Amino acid sequence: MPKVTFPRMGESYRAFRMLMNDLGNEVIIPPRPNKKTLDFGVRYSPEFACLPLKILTGTYVETCMSGAELIITSGGSGPCRAGLYGQLHKKILNSIGFPVDIIVFEAPKSHPIDFLRKVKRVNSSRLSYLAIWECVKRGWEKLKYLDDLEKTTHALRPRELKKGSTTKVYREVLEWIDGAYAMKEIHEAGKEALNTLKLVPHDTRRAVLRVGIVGEIYVLLEPASNLEIEETLGNLGVEVHRSMFLTGWTRDNTVKETSGILSVKEAAMPYIPLCIGGHGRESVGHTILYARDGFDGVIQMAPFTCIPEIVARTILTRVSREHNIPVLTFFLDEQTGKAGMSTRLEAFVDLIRRKKNAPVSDNRIIVG
Amino acid sequence: MKAYMGIDVGSVSTNIAVLSHAGEILADLYIRTRGRPLEAILAGLTEIAGLLPAEVEICGCGSTGSGRYLAGVMIGADVIKNEITAHAVAASIYVPDVQTVLEIGGQDSKIIIMRNGIVTDFAMNTVCAAGTGSFLDQQASRLNIPIADFGELALSSSAPVRIAGRCTVFAESDMIHKQQMGHKLTDIINGLCEALVRNYLNNVGKGKEILSPVVFQGGVAANAGIKAAFERALGLPIIIPRHFGVMGAIGAAQLAREEVEKTGQTLFKGFKIAGLPYRTGSFECGGCPNNCEIAEIYEEDRVIGRWGARCQRWDVL
Ligand code: SF4
Ligand code: SF4
Repeated sequence: MPKVTFPRMGESYRAFRMLMNDLGNEVIIPPRPNKKTLDFGVRYSPEFACLPLKILTGTYVETCMSGAELIITSGGSGPCRAGLYGQLHKKILNSIGFPVDIIVFEAPKSHPIDFLRKVKRVNSSRLSYLAIWECVKRGWEKLKYLDDLEKTTHALRPRELKKGSTTKVYREVLEWIDGAYAMKEIHEAGKEALNTLKLVPHDTRRAVLRVGIVGEIYVLLEPASNLEIEETLGNLGVEVHRSMFLTGWTRDNTVKETSGILSVKEAAMPYIPLCIGGHGRESVGHTILYARDGFDGVIQMAPFTCIPEIVARTILTRVSREHNIPVLTFFLDEQTGKAGMSTRLEAFVDLIRRKKNAPVSDNRIIVG
Repeated sequence: MKAYMGIDVGSVSTNIAVLSHAGEILADLYIRTRGRPLEAILAGLTEIAGLLPAEVEICGCGSTGSGRYLAGVMIGADVIKNEITAHAVAASIYVPDVQTVLEIGGQDSKIIIMRNGIVTDFAMNTVCAAGTGSFLDQQASRLNIPIADFGELALSSSAPVRIAGRCTVFAESDMIHKQQMGHKLTDIINGLCEALVRNYLNNVGKGKEILSPVVFQGGVAANAGIKAAFERALGLPIIIPRHFGVMGAIGAAQLAREEVEKTGQTLFKGFKIAGLPYRTGSFECGGCPNNCEIAEIYEEDRVIGRWGARCQRWDVL
């Protein structure tokens, strides 16, 4: 059985592992990014590469050391370095003595033939396309439950009666999802997990602040890369709403209902009329939607040297002023420390809390 | 007499201020942290207790600064607040309609934008030395001039020399160059003040709407040359509050006062704690590959606080 691995983004590995197993591969689970990952990443990546590239380099080195032979990842869209990640990682890993290969999946819509060819390569069990489709559907179902669970923690954490109880139960129920296999089991485990999580004692009437989180996808989805910002905010009494999940924004009706027909792209249009790569346009669009939906603030997470987010950050200054919503930007790199981040987060939360409680006036807000 | 105490533990200095119920400063104190916050806090408490009139009773206390958690668990703080909020609160005690707070300390600097009494925006610099007091300290020692004389010398210059460089290293070599070209020392010093202000405004002040009244606080506000350079660069008058050096502590005291007005009682353990044995320790967790370095503080052999974990494993004391 070929030994495969893939990038780690939050808890999604639980679904990808099942899918890759089903297709007849042995999976080397990517470890949660930690100090060692970063050390490897910094040592073997170009100095000015963005943080996601460095973390992934480190992750791959760790999985290669455990015997991974094939890395499966996805490509980037638009003019940004993400499109080169696959090739670059392969070069780096080969040059330090790991003979791995990398398969980069591009969007099937624009490269259908290429997509199928690649599917064939990871299909070690020689399953029929129909059988593969069944596996993909189960994986997708798992992903959806994983995302739903995470979303539920966002709402619970600021309201929990005992600090840390949400995280604790969340960790437990994730394992249930992991154990489920057949479609029926996945649904059972998923529903049970959600119900159990919602039983965490909490105060539904507690007034909490609502903050939207925008930015580059990797640092949004992998808590270890953003110093667990969502958990930190939750503990400060803030309900976070993340603008991106692997299973997609569209499933999220809370925001869709209130923001009417405006799509993220349309919202960003007056500020960024074209695709600038990465998620720069989405960062701007989501910020505008959050402002319309009455959120108390927005936090932008940007990898240091990430061009799309730097462009977005400049524009967000104006968006913030024109839409009267406080925006705080974090540029993340391997040196970002949790203490400095907490100080700025606490100050930001103080700011939005005082703004919320202040009598209505023409407070003009600019970017932090 | 009722009073409230604030303590601001930074990496360079530890400041304490005691406010009366009427809001006057009963005592204040500035000591060097020297990388040993625990000792600095204990020494500071002993000293401030000696400065206070006997009838003073501390009815609330708060902590701020990078060592706020340490100070907070030691003294039994009613409120533990970040530096931004503390500085903003302090500035609005003295200038209620303040719209901009410039704060430059020895090792960090910040800008706080306020409108109608609330913080609407802020930025902090903790990485680059070029916009902080340590920039001036370094150049002063290069020029062999006591830093205390810097401001007066800068003011006596009629034409500042432009010192190039966004970074202390470049600034230093340019300064040497200007010296060799025979520029007057006062003009060079004035040029250094302008360079610091330029760096500050380009770095932390970037994109901020700086409106009057502008309050300038932090240790560097002692330097009249910097104040003048800010006034020239911004075209606005700069207000320096009398206790500019301990504003973080004053803010923490004020926040503590607001807190005890809500809770009705203080958690302050009393000045007697200055006599208790405290010690700090640290260990590597090893519970997962993060290998967090956990710092602990003991009061009489009992753990009263822990920091540095990236998960909740060590939260329960
Ligand atoms: S979006 Fe930003 S972080 Fe991602 S590859 Fe592009 S530049 Fe790097
Ligand atoms: S404190 Fe938590 S995150 Fe840090 S090493 Fe221990 S178990 Fe891991």
